Amino acid sequence: MTSHQPAKPGNPLKAIFAHRLAWPVIALAALLLLNQLFRPDFLALRMQDGHLYGSLIDIMRNGAPTILIALGMTLVIATRGIDLSVGAVVAIAGAASCAYIAASPEPGSPATALTAVLIAVVAGLAVGAWNGFLVATIGVQPIIATLVLMTAGRGIAQLITGGQIISVSNDNYKAIGAGYLFTLPVSILVTAAIFVLAAVLTRRTALGTLIEAVGINPVASRLAGLRSRNIVWIVYVFSAVCAAFAGLMISSNVTAADANNAGLYIEMDAILAVVIGGTSLAGGRYTLTGTVVGAFIIQTLTTTVYTLGIPPEVTLVFKALVVITVCLLQAPKARKVFARLKATARPAAMEPAKEKVAL
Amino acid sequence: MNEIVPVVEMTDIAIGFPGVKALDGVDFRLFQGEVHALMGENGAGKSTLIKALTGVYTIDSGTITVLGETKRFTAPAESQAAGISTVYQEVNLCPNLTVEENVLLGREPRRRGAIDWKGVRSRTREVLAELQLEHVDPGSLLSSHSIAVQQLIAIARSVEVNAKVLILDEPTSSLDAGEVAQLFGVIRQLRDRGVAILFVSHFLEQVYEISDRMTVLRNGRLVGEYLTRDLSRMSLISKMIGKELQALAELDEAPARTRNRSADGTPFLETEGLGRKGSVANVDVSIHPGEVLGMAGLLGAGRTEIARLLFGADKADEGLIRIKGSEHRIRSPRAAIDQRIAFCSEDRKKEGLIGDLSVRDNLVLAMQASKGWARRIPRRTQDELVAEYIEALDIRPANPEAIIRNLSGGNQQKVLLARWLVTHPELLILDEPTRGIDIGAKTQIQKLVSRLAAEGMSVLFISSELEEVLRVSDRIAVIKDRAKVAEINNDGVSVEDVMAVIAGGTQ
Repeated sequence: MTSHQPAKPGNPLKAIFAHRLAWPVIALAALLLLNQLFRPDFLALRMQDGHLYGSLIDIMRNGAPTILIALGMTLVIATRGIDLSVGAVVAIAGAASCAYIAASPEPGSPATALTAVLIAVVAGLAVGAWNGFLVATIGVQPIIATLVLMTAGRGIAQLITGGQIISVSNDNYKAIGAGYLFTLPVSILVTAAIFVLAAVLTRRTALGTLIEAVGINPVASRLAGLRSRNIVWIVYVFSAVCAAFAGLMISSNVTAADANNAGLYIEMDAILAVVIGGTSLAGGRYTLTGTVVGAFIIQTLTTTVYTLGIPPEVTLVFKALVVITVCLLQAPKARKVFARLKATARPAAMEPAKEKVAL
Repeated sequence: MNEIVPVVEMTDIAIGFPGVKALDGVDFRLFQGEVHALMGENGAGKSTLIKALTGVYTIDSGTITVLGETKRFTAPAESQAAGISTVYQEVNLCPNLTVEENVLLGREPRRRGAIDWKGVRSRTREVLAELQLEHVDPGSLLSSHSIAVQQLIAIARSVEVNAKVLILDEPTSSLDAGEVAQLFGVIRQLRDRGVAILFVSHFLEQVYEISDRMTVLRNGRLVGEYLTRDLSRMSLISKMIGKELQALAELDEAPARTRNRSADGTPFLETEGLGRKGSVANVDVSIHPGEVLGMAGLLGAGRTEIARLLFGADKADEGLIRIKGSEHRIRSPRAAIDQRIAFCSEDRKKEGLIGDLSVRDNLVLAMQASKGWARRIPRRTQDELVAEYIEALDIRPANPEAIIRNLSGGNQQKVLLARWLVTHPELLILDEPTRGIDIGAKTQIQKLVSRLAAEGMSVLFISSELEEVLRVSDRIAVIKDRAKVAEINNDGVSVEDVMAVIAGGTQ
């Protein structure tokens, strides 16, 4: 939230390009414009029955679970960790809440829906605590520790659902994933609320700095008296709770719990969103806003594939190309190459380069 | 001195980082068969100049000529290919590989595509023998050797590639006198063979002993190039810090402090039979409020290990620690901090800095950690603290938002000191606080220690430099072979006396 780059007088354009969010934002804007070219009403929003409709709303709504999970993932990655279990948590949360609703005496009441939500969140807390325990207390490598639940978690979800797809009908529950409030889909509002919560929690307190400190240099952090164990716990619990909310959204949207397919491979999308957004997998400095932009890019890509009518067999390759381009543009090495190309293209560029360092 | 065409010629070099101008219009020449010392305070630009020459940094402007050819290095490999070899302060070899694997890494002799291990061994033996390192087993793990030997092995690697230029960046900062002598023997041998050697050290005596010529930098600018024999120590120092000789004399006498503290009353900290298996054994020390306890001993004698036990960085498994008379278990750094103990590690980079964060974040880290994450130190308090310490410790650049990685070693060290001073500790443990730091910053830190003690703080001062220990300490604990062997009251004791104790082992 604070700008670490001193303002560079005289060249605002350069300052914009130097910003760490520059390339993700440009990529997103380019994708949206591309869609607009092919479908002139793409960016249009329209009001119908007091609800907003439009491709942008669809992108946000469909991307909501990925954004949520990616937010949690960002903080985990900032501590040098990774959370592979989020997809399984999606399944567990959906299974637990739907199983509860299906078995309750009043499957349609608001109280049942609320309890179901609480159950899902508690399940998330439990999973997060377990991951945190393995990583922070036992010292298991994060990728292994969370791999345990990535595989076992779906088994737990299947146990809960008894191997069946549990369908529920509860309007209040359905509202989480498919409902509207203040003209906007509820899932967008929930995601926005959790984003704001995460931002406030990490940047208004010292949590964000301490997370970065642990991620950049765990040894020095410990010697500075930081209780890194607590910090690591917090991020895994937060990640799992985010995944639980995503699980609620997904199961609520289809009013059913599918232990096998809910949130399948969503951890990959989330990790991708974090990386595209500009947070390094090596840990340290992170950006939540970047992650949200990254998740939007992924979701917009999916939409673009339909808009452009790209044949299904090319879809994944197309996605891969865009992702690789964005990642490359952000890599320090690529930036250096660009700088060198520019310098060789016009040797006179030496002078401005000198000015740059005179700050 | 020898040839007319320099091996390396750097002209009008400029390099900058956000918020820091590291080099500005610097010229540098290096001739065949000379030892050339690069001199300057911390932040003068020595490391930056070396990194420009080794391709770690790409220069913003200027030219680099190696053997008459203009080069533009963008990666260390390019510089190496041009015949430039570097041995850094922290040895950058692979500790988990064997000596021979390190010496020939990436250049192993091959036979039909596979590595010829017999050839590797015999080639390594040859190279080691050239450097009088016959006693080193080529098949042993690098990590099983002392830092000094590792450094010589790093040099062996550059001998193996027939380097035209050898850069030694603070090679002696973790070496004892015997090891330095051995290193210098090797350096002279290489010089006589025609290798151009660039030598960086903060030890003036060593520079005068080994170098033929020197280049002095100050604040990223060139002061001048001199023949070592023509430049007196005093005028060198005045060129380095840009002050007149009289100011220097002042610096020199300032740290001498009145030692009137008696070791009575309850000590702030006292240990009894403190030890840890495989580390140190049976340590009894006590530190009183307002006292500076010096800790002397050879490198590896166990000084750092003792400090780590006191701070809870390692857990003691025998003996006890009393703080203000009552027994305490110190199981973690956090527990030590809660008892108002602070510890500045000797390894700034690994154990001190949070490299990617700002000076501000680094400076308030310990304070923030003890408050917990939920209670953020208000921005305004941070600003005040940071401004206060930037001024008090003369931290340069005076920019709280500068990324600490970009600061020079001495300034990084000051930020780390400030990190602890803001927590108002009662015991400050300083492990080699002046290593790799220039005279100006060194004196500042020594003065600071004296002032803190005068204000009532207890200080445990660990240093390899006996002069420094003698200058600041009230008492000196001598550590040898992982145990405390003697304690000396610092009244009229000379360096020789302490050395005799270290050599003799008992009092």
